[in-house]
Amino acid sequence: MTTSRDIILNAVRANAPAAVALPHVSSFDEGLPPAAERFRHSLELLGGQFVECPPGTDPDRRIGELFPDARVICSNVPEVSGTRPLRAVRAAAELEDVDVAVVRAAFAVAETGSIFLSEAELGLNALGYLAQHLVALLDPADILGNLHHAYRHPAFATARYAVLMSGPSATADIEGVLIRGAQGVRSLKVLPIPRRG
Amino acid sequence: MKRLDHAEAASRFIASTAHEAFHDQRLWDLRQKRDREAHHIPEWEALRELASRIKEHTLSNLAGYLEAFERNATANGVKVHWARDAAEHNQIVHDILSERSAKTLVKSKSMLTEECDMRPFLEARGIEVIETDLGERIQQLDDEPPSHIVVPAVHKLRGDVSEVFARTLGTEPGNEDVHYLAESQRRTTRPYFLAAEAGMTGANFAVAETGAFVVCTNEGNADLSANLPKLHIASIGIEKLIPRTEHLGVFIRLLSRSALGSPITQYTSHFRSPREGAEMHIVLVDHGRSARLGMADFWPALKCIRCGACMNTCPVYRRSGGLSYGATYSGPIGVIIDPTFDIRKYSNLPFASTLNGSCTSVCPVKINIHEQIYKWRRVMSEKRQLPLVKKATMKAAGQVFGSPRLYRAAISATGMAIEGLPRFAIYNWFNKWGRQREVPDAPEATFRAWYLKNRGGR
Amino acid sequence: MKVGLFIPCYVDAFFPEVGIATLEILEHCGLDVSYPLDQTCCGQPMGNSGCQDDAAPAEALFVKNFKEFDYIVGPSGSCVHHIRAHFDAIPQTEEVTKLRAATYELVEFLHDVVKLKAFPWAEFPHKVGLHNSCSTLRALRTASASEIDEPPFSKPMNLLRQVRGIEFVTPARPDECCGFGGTFSVFEEPVSAKMGYDKVNDHARAGAEYIVSADMSCLMHQKGCAERLGVRVKFIHIAQILNGARA
Repeated sequence: MTTSRDIILNAVRANAPAAVALPHVSSFDEGLPPAAERFRHSLELLGGQFVECPPGTDPDRRIGELFPDARVICSNVPEVSGTRPLRAVRAAAELEDVDVAVVRAAFAVAETGSIFLSEAELGLNALGYLAQHLVALLDPADILGNLHHAYRHPAFATARYAVLMSGPSATADIEGVLIRGAQGVRSLKVLPIPRRG
Repeated sequence: MKRLDHAEAASRFIASTAHEAFHDQRLWDLRQKRDREAHHIPEWEALRELASRIKEHTLSNLAGYLEAFERNATANGVKVHWARDAAEHNQIVHDILSERSAKTLVKSKSMLTEECDMRPFLEARGIEVIETDLGERIQQLDDEPPSHIVVPAVHKLRGDVSEVFARTLGTEPGNEDVHYLAESQRRTTRPYFLAAEAGMTGANFAVAETGAFVVCTNEGNADLSANLPKLHIASIGIEKLIPRTEHLGVFIRLLSRSALGSPITQYTSHFRSPREGAEMHIVLVDHGRSARLGMADFWPALKCIRCGACMNTCPVYRRSGGLSYGATYSGPIGVIIDPTFDIRKYSNLPFASTLNGSCTSVCPVKINIHEQIYKWRRVMSEKRQLPLVKKATMKAAGQVFGSPRLYRAAISATGMAIEGLPRFAIYNWFNKWGRQREVPDAPEATFRAWYLKNRGGR
Repeated sequence: MKVGLFIPCYVDAFFPEVGIATLEILEHCGLDVSYPLDQTCCGQPMGNSGCQDDAAPAEALFVKNFKEFDYIVGPSGSCVHHIRAHFDAIPQTEEVTKLRAATYELVEFLHDVVKLKAFPWAEFPHKVGLHNSCSTLRALRTASASEIDEPPFSKPMNLLRQVRGIEFVTPARPDECCGFGGTFSVFEEPVSAKMGYDKVNDHARAGAEYIVSADMSCLMHQKGCAERLGVRVKFIHIAQILNGARA
């Protein structure tokens, strides 16, 4: 029995244009600007906020200062305790009332101001989207220069779900007016806190 | 199927001056933002060339890459389906949903699902489909198709959106504040994300090497649609394949810069394997793509990454609005794809162009769009799809210009005279030209007459 | 070096002064120029409509008229583009191939072949907006296009800068198409007129007294729009300025 799969593949094979060689892709990383500075610039361009953290900053306390009215803080990092432990959450929908979610980015991309988060960093994927605000800890040593570097990172082959998150949720669908906090988080703050140990 | 009259639809769009002025300026603005990004990246043209060749390579080896993609996705725990056409796609999606008693589907933007006309199919079978992209939601609530593949409601002003939301979501009538309207959509869509049994996305890229696919949004609505319900279905056109993860470096650098003039979308999401306790399905869709692959002049259109840059730059599109093309795909890319869906209905589209070539210059994957538009004109002529007036005019013009005597008779001292061309063609011609323009004055002598007099007719 | 003067049909009929200026510049360069009297058209209108069968007689006639020349020069970017890029309704013999490659638009020819550097007889003390037609810009590539990341260059500017007294103004959208597009101007009249209106308004806002172009077809359309609108901008072909027209 000829399946749709067979029909499609046969048609694709029969109609294939003359072979074109696959080009080599370089990293285009000559003369890249200093990563941390560039990351901050790109992050802010895309609506994210870079929060200065002098050495010795306690992220738990800092987040408390940034969100004094937050009632529900859900953290997936050891440095921040939060008010609701993530491991207690059974279903993603329970995260609907989270004011602030706290995660640590696995790495970041200077070119685009993006942070990399997968299920490992998010705990529950939906955490990064249902919370009203997202705080991401980022070790400056984890900032890569550009997307070519980023896409050579092994995490893309192993993560079930991975997002390059660049600033908060946004849209300009109505008369080109920029809205932050369209459907996902209303703000994204990055705290440059080195990893422990 | 009746021939679509683009010019008539365009004239109605232009008549609404506030809408046309905003539409034109907004999209030109996106074009300028694209330029700024392009001029800031020294390797911009090199990236375009790479993207083009990676796509051409993939398309010339598509069967192999599709098989690799399926193999890897399946190994990742994803169920892969194949759909020959729109009908099969819709049936597959419906079956997946109904087998799991899913009654509500939240979805992010997918031109492919528009192409397949999926929503009415599912709704007729008792499944509620919620568009979650703000622009798509506006259009859904207004029962109108999206007009632009990236900014679906760009042809509407805030007053229009206010009216639609007041009518369908119960927002305050007359409240045109954009923040209020956007917040209203956020507030009314959230419950659907939380309760829906299934979520659906499209895909910008499908990576053969890993079986993963990538979805780019600014709102994060694809991530909400995919990460909340237990079932995630992705509809993917077979032309979306790229060989390796590293190639995403090229495409992601080009996509949002070309589309909106921003370095990257707020969310670039990579789906490889379902979450614990959840299911992921991919429907690979042909719907004419394999046939287009065999069209010697037109297969490069399959390189398209759906950025919309061609629409933003097209001076005709900006002044006619996407709906004037009467198809899922509008603007320059629409012009070269739509005739494959219905050659008669879309036989006018290749002529809704000045062949200025700006589209080709901005296309991140270097599709030779304006050259394909030119070639489609020949196809229309060969397949007898030209309107009678045009055909007759060209036949007459061809005869006049093919004969020095007939030509000289037509171009008399009083300018383009009536002799030699059929009356209805002239009437049509000058009638149309003169609607909004002055007709050129006739000089005292033609160049030829002057030359004979002043250079002795050597 | 024998140069055949190619005068497009609408220049012959409506703008003979452009043909005269073109001829005079070429003669000024000391070239042996002649105008085949039996020429009609390059075939573009029929070709652009996809009607190859209808374009063939005009193309054949063009070859018959121009085959003896070393160069064929015409004051029209769109016609020359058609000849170089599309002119294939007739068999592509060696003669046809050679003729197509030897066809030049006036600015290209003066800039690249004659390498004319100075126009001491020219003076044009006016504010001028330069309109590069899409054919000269993106097809013949006589100037850099804003979409492409490339170093800026402009052959028409290089020539016009030699003209005494000329002052340039730049519209907001210097290389957006003006909307003529050949038969588009009739079959898609609403959009064509809107594009023309926008173009002339843009130049007027920039302060242009004149709009100059290497394509009279674009100017014919823009002029028609400006006159209907009451926009007080004048129109002149680049050949006329380079040939010494004062207004």
